[in-house]
Parts: sequence; C-alpha cells; structure tokens
Amino acid sequence: MALAEQGTRVAQGARRRNWRVYFARTWPLYAMLVLPLIQLALFHYYPMYGVIVAFQNFNPGLGFTRSPWVGLNNFRYLLTNPDFKNVLWNSFFIAIAKLITLQVISVSLALLLNEARSMLFKRTVQTVVYLPHFLSWIVLGGILIDLLSTNGLLNRSLGILGVPPILFLGSNTWFRPVIITTNLWKEAGWATIIYLAALTSIDPGLHEAAAIDGANRWQRIRHVNIPGISSVIILIACLNLGSVLQAGFEQILTLYNPVVYRTGDILDTYVYRAGLISARYSLAAAVGLFQSAIGFVLIVIAYRLAARFAGYRIF
Amino acid sequence: MVIARNWSSRLFDIAIYLVLGFIGLLCLLPLIHLVAVSLSNRSASVGGFVALWPIGLTWGNYEEILAAGPVYRALLVTVERVVLGTTLNMVLTVLAAYPLSKTAQEFRGRNWFMWILLVALLFNGGLIPWFLTIRSLGLLNSLWALVLHDALPIWNVILLMNFFREVPRELEEAAIIDGASYWDTLFHIYLPLSVPALATLTLFAAVNHWNSWFDGMVLMTKNENYPIMTFLRTVVIDLNLQILSVNPQDLYNLSDRSIRAANIIVATLPILLVYPFLQRYFIHGIRLGAVKG
Repeated sequence: MALAEQGTRVAQGARRRNWRVYFARTWPLYAMLVLPLIQLALFHYYPMYGVIVAFQNFNPGLGFTRSPWVGLNNFRYLLTNPDFKNVLWNSFFIAIAKLITLQVISVSLALLLNEARSMLFKRTVQTVVYLPHFLSWIVLGGILIDLLSTNGLLNRSLGILGVPPILFLGSNTWFRPVIITTNLWKEAGWATIIYLAALTSIDPGLHEAAAIDGANRWQRIRHVNIPGISSVIILIACLNLGSVLQAGFEQILTLYNPVVYRTGDILDTYVYRAGLISARYSLAAAVGLFQSAIGFVLIVIAYRLAARFAGYRIF
Repeated sequence: MVIARNWSSRLFDIAIYLVLGFIGLLCLLPLIHLVAVSLSNRSASVGGFVALWPIGLTWGNYEEILAAGPVYRALLVTVERVVLGTTLNMVLTVLAAYPLSKTAQEFRGRNWFMWILLVALLFNGGLIPWFLTIRSLGLLNSLWALVLHDALPIWNVILLMNFFREVPRELEEAAIIDGASYWDTLFHIYLPLSVPALATLTLFAAVNHWNSWFDGMVLMTKNENYPIMTFLRTVVIDLNLQILSVNPQDLYNLSDRSIRAANIIVATLPILLVYPFLQRYFIHGIRLGAVKG
C-alpha cells in the first residue's frame, strides 16, 4: 500500500519533470501564438459571440449583454418579409451564374493560352488579363459607371450601329448580365492560372503519342488536355459550392442603385443597409447569421466533396 | 514535341491569336479609354467624343486634383495603413504559421490551436457583430481599426504553414541538437528559406490594404480619415466632387468626368507600378498552396 503510494508519487514527479523539460524547450511555440490568439479572440471570436444580437432587440446603449431578448422574432419577421425572399433568390442566382460563367470562360481561356505558340504573345495576353484582378471594385466601378452611362463609350459605339441608348445600370433587365460580365472581366484571367499550371503538368508523351496517331490539334485539346485537367476542374467546382451565397458584396455595393434592388439586391447589401444605414442591428444580424450558418454548412460540404473527388486537403 | 505544320494547324494558330488578341483588347480598352478621358478637355469629355485617344490634350485634370489638398491626406492614410497593416499581417502570419507547422507530437495542443484557427476561417459572425465589436473597442475613426481587424490573414497562415512543412526536418533537428531554440530555428532556418513565399505574401497583403475601401467607409465617419479607395468611392461612385475641394471656377474648362478619371488614375498608379513584381511572384503564390489535388 505505502509502496504503491510512493510509486504513484514518483510517477507524478517524473511526469511533472517531463513537463518541465518539455516546456523549457517548447515555450517559444506557445509564446508565438499569443498575439495571433489575441487577434482571433478580439476580431473573430468576440464577434461570433456578438451574433446573439440576432436574438435580441439590440440597443447600443445596453450592449451585447443587457439588450432585451426576443427569441426568434427577428427570424420570424424575415421569413414573412418578401424583401428577404427576393434578396435570398438574387444572391443565389447571381452567385451561381457567376460561378458557372467564370469556370467555363477561365477553362476555355486557359486552353487557348496553352495553344499560343509565341511565348511573347502569350505573356502579353496574360499580363493584360490578370491586371483587373489587382484593381479594386471602386476603380473598376468608377470606370464602368462612366463607360455604361447613356453618354458613355459603349452607348455611343452602339449608337453608331443605330442602337438606342441603354441604361445598363438602371435597368432590371441588364443589371444581372452586367454584374456577371464585369465579374468575368475582373476574375476570368486570374482564374486561368490554376488551369495553366495543371496543363503544364500533363505528360508531353501523351501529346506525342496522339500526334503520331494522327490527332489534330483540336482532337488533342479534346482528348488530352481536357481530360488532363479534369481533376482540377472538378476540384474547383467542388470548392465553389462553398460560395453559392456569395454574390460579390463589394461589386454589387459599388454598382447597384435603388432602381435595380428587385434584381440586384443581395443578402450582404441588405444587411449593410438594414444594419449600418437604418441601424436595425438585430434584424441585419439575423440575416447575417442566416447567411453565415448556411455558408458554413456549404463550405464543410464543399471541402468534403473536394476531399472525396479530388483528394484535396487544405493542410 | 512532334507538331505537324500543315495548313489546318496554321489556320488554328491564326484563330487562336485572333481570339486571344480580342480578349486581351477587351480587357484593356476600358483602361485606355480611362486614360484618354483623364487627359481630355471639357468640351470633348462632356460631349462624349473621347474614345481611345485624348482630345484637346490637357494635364489640367491632374493639376486640379493635386493642387487641392484632400487627395494627399487620403493617400497618406493609405500609405500609413499599407506600411503598418502589412507589417502586422506578416508578423502575425509567421508567428501563427511556425508553431502550427509542427506536429502534434512535437508541439502538444497543436491540433486544438489549429481548430481555433479553422473555425474562425469557416464561420464568421457577419457584418453587424463585426462592426459593433470594433465600435465597442473604441476604434472608430482610428487607423488601428483598419489594420487590426484583418491583422491575421488566416488563409495566408495556412499557405505559409504548408510551406514551412516542406522544409526538411533534419535542418532543424541538427540545429536543436546544437542547442538552438525555436526562435533561433525560425529566424535562422525557416525565414531565410521562405524568402520567396514571404515576398509573395507581403506583396499581396500590401495590395490588399491599398485596395480596401469598405472598412474605411464604415469604420471612418469623418472624410479626413478616409483611405484613398474610400475617398475615391465618394468621388466616382457617390459622384461627390466636393470632397476633392477643387476650385469651382476651374471647372469652366474641365469636366467632372475627366476629373473623376484622373482621380482613378492617381489612386491606381501605385498598383500599376508594383504590378510587374506582382506578376513575377503571383504564379509562385498560387502554387504555394493551391494545386495540391
């Protein structure tokens, strides 16, 4: 009995000594994480706690902790609100349209760039098509608002062809096509990079064998290049699933106006106006929480699918 | 590679060049038009006669913006933000990526910390709690608000962590046997070996800070605290030229339209200047973490 007790004490002592030895060596690793953890706590986790305002009638004077609770009232109000259904549908529609067009165009563009024989020409085109990715939506929006105005370059060019002026940014018919097209302008070039990288890793032997078998260039694209990058295409498609409610906040906030709310207002812009313009914090936070929760589920599904079909892991 | 150089292949080449050239022009024309408008005089610009070449060439639009003070103030806010914000981004990215690149055996609790990071990546409270948090911290109208809320770019941490993991373990083990601490191995082994990756992340962080405008718009309630892109937003999206404090009499021979175009160029020039470097690094950056499948 006494012996066993003594044994335990020795073991505990050894464990404590082990920990001391362990920390003497590894404390820097913990020390390094202190600042990152403080940042996460203040700007990620504290706001996560702040989502409770979605279940309150938030009063800025009372803060997160003392504002009155209203349960699910904000969510009930939303579900009966036709505006909410509209922005939900707009977000979904615009996001899906963007994802599909972006992937189709960027894969095609990558296949085309891969066929360009002149390196100088290829590099020049790449330089030009990557550039808009690095410009903010304010810069592109400023250009577009002028370009698409009734007195803008586009309408004047169309005028030469006899087309009457079109209010591109003030028309519910044109707003979505403009959003989708200008998104391609900004991102399609940039999105080719990953496909170009995949194309360079295709075994040249496959092309040689196909050429010897008499395949022309179109047939080689069709039967060597496209199958060669199909795993990357599937990977990106899976990962994209995580953003089917991300219709592009900065772009739409820059380009929309009250006339096109019916076709262009999305969840993020609705949250912005309800919360930060009209100060209906709790209602806006409820919309935001709804979006975050669905977004979270979608991202988890997206990563699962990507791992399953393309063996993808982020770390 | 064996390539048959017959007529159909040549025709294919011509078609490729035509399509690619067309797409390239489509991307570039709006920017050329912008430059042309910014250099045109009032009558040509208001009349909408400017296409791709300035009409009535004048530097007046630039002179007007640069003669008044406010644009400098906005540029200064942005420069401060870029310097401070990028430094913070890189320091925190390295500090988080290095411990997390260790295994859970070597660094106990590593997986817990990783989950804390991942949950923050996957779930966020949304705009309103984010805004209320920053307001309750008393950061509104402070430069710190712009640099602190995004001080830890989680995605970059994961990229750099993956990069650190590619560094051969033997290098560190040998150093530790010689008595080096984890600080020593970080500064003398990992960081020197990661210079290209760090350069890429730094450039991207800097461009990100330069281009950010939404946080400036909601976290700064006074015009004089606006960073340049938020300032530009007031001019070109809200169409409010008053913030520029241009002399109204000078608008007699200049147009709002050209002044806006010139302001866009002024705000974008720094990006265009670093663009060649960005291009050299970004292919590398994409490969850093993206194509693993």
